[in-house]
Amino acid sequence: MTDVQRRRRRVERFMFGATAAAMVATLGVLLFLLGYIAWQGASSLSLAFFTRLPAPVGEPGGGMANAIVGSAKLLFTAALLGIPVGFLGGVYLAEYGRGAFAAWVRYAADVLNGIPSIVIGITVYALVVVPMRHFSTLAGGLALGLMMIPVALRATEEFLRLVPDSLREASLALGAPRWVTIVRVVIPAASRGIATGLLLSLARVAGETAPLLFTALNNRFWSPGWTQPTASLPVMIFTYAIAPYEDWHRQAWAAGLVLLVLVLGTNVLARVIMRGGRMQSA
Amino acid sequence: MIVPQAASGTEQDVVEIAVRELTVHYGTTLAIDRVTLDIPRHRVTALIGPSGCGKSTFLRCLNRMNDHIPGVRVTGDVTIDGDPIYGADIDPVALRKRVGMVFQKSNPFPKSIFDNVAFGPRVHGERDPVRLREIVERTLRQAALWEEVEDRLDASALDLSGGQQQRLCIARALAVEPDVVLMDEPASALDPIATAKIEELIHELKSSYTIVIVTHNMQQAARVSDLTAYFYLGRLIEFGPTDRLFTNPEKQETEDYITGRFG
Repeated sequence: MTDVQRRRRRVERFMFGATAAAMVATLGVLLFLLGYIAWQGASSLSLAFFTRLPAPVGEPGGGMANAIVGSAKLLFTAALLGIPVGFLGGVYLAEYGRGAFAAWVRYAADVLNGIPSIVIGITVYALVVVPMRHFSTLAGGLALGLMMIPVALRATEEFLRLVPDSLREASLALGAPRWVTIVRVVIPAASRGIATGLLLSLARVAGETAPLLFTALNNRFWSPGWTQPTASLPVMIFTYAIAPYEDWHRQAWAAGLVLLVLVLGTNVLARVIMRGGRMQSA
Repeated sequence: MIVPQAASGTEQDVVEIAVRELTVHYGTTLAIDRVTLDIPRHRVTALIGPSGCGKSTFLRCLNRMNDHIPGVRVTGDVTIDGDPIYGADIDPVALRKRVGMVFQKSNPFPKSIFDNVAFGPRVHGERDPVRLREIVERTLRQAALWEEVEDRLDASALDLSGGQQQRLCIARALAVEPDVVLMDEPASALDPIATAKIEELIHELKSSYTIVIVTHNMQQAARVSDLTAYFYLGRLIEFGPTDRLFTNPEKQETEDYITGRFG
């Protein structure tokens, strides 16, 4: 073997080792996180966690029923804003979007996606919370909804773009107007992908904490309606984890596990929806 | 310069599509250069010529599918059954109901066989399930596909073979009851057996429809068409009865192309 060949072989081995190590590190971090949270959280989970309100400060026990419901209401509010706006915007970009204006909208969506979530939070605080003189589910949901828009929009656009133009032409050639083509052919052909994208956009904001800190705030009791401060799982985790009580730390772990399972479950559900796409065009 | 050719032997035919001085630009590129020809009713007219000669562009002018391509400019006149199809007050959607199209690559919707064929009638307002069922059966029979799919109309159209998919697309086009059917190389992606079926089908359909077919396959043009138009570099070089054009072309350029001495 020549020197060059030996050197090449050494480089080859080194490169393989480096990429493999990075892979193991990634997987290891993920497994460690999942395992650690599961271990810490599972030992603190109980039926009370899901059914009871937080116990008065200093008293052990209690649960986070209000935070679970609060998170659900926040996400529902966010979805009411983020899904229609993101979806319709994505349809516009994919089907009608041509030229400078569309490029500008696309860029704006990417910028919006890059805005730090705390900045979204403070904006909603200034524009909604201050005039209403109330932290509220509405304000928190609005902040999360704003964060959903760019994700939902780009996902919708990308999946619509995957629909081959030949399908659009087939429909147009049958005398279907443009909007009928979009509603009856293009969107159904991409429906699984779009549903997946929208679900993932929801999962993405489910764990957001920063935009809720001064919009939804927190609440140790039930939050009736949409105009009261509300508890949510991420903010509860934040509050409990930095509190000086051992019992709260355990509950924070339990909340972390619940949140993780919800988000992971959504991701798995999205994959299942995507896989089921037999009628999907290749 | 193009001399419009009277297609001898077809004078008794009724003109379905009259094209006058049709010119198409893609941006600054000239794609079709002042083409004039008359396409007779209930005949098969084949458009032949090398790639990029403008025959597909010409075909797509006849149902205004080029409207959807940015930068396309069409001038000249096209009338179908006497009605002009270009002009501000013409609705391309209504036009396309009269002028169906079958594409090079079969493009069934990712829906059931039934829903594919019923798509056009539904779009045009047919809701009655009995009528839809009749239309689906009639057009699938016309497209010689009925026997192969009658027991699985609810199956996905994507489960059909390539040739079956193309016949399904033909049935789908026929379901809106067009007068004209445009076919853009309908058999170029199919094996010889499937191709033979499509050609047989074209032969049967011409008693009820005016068919314009683009093909790269000169044997196919000779087999299926009554008239043939030879395009080169966006110009119509020669147009006439297929048997005459293939045996005794008037232009040297046509002869060079059909005898394979081209380029």
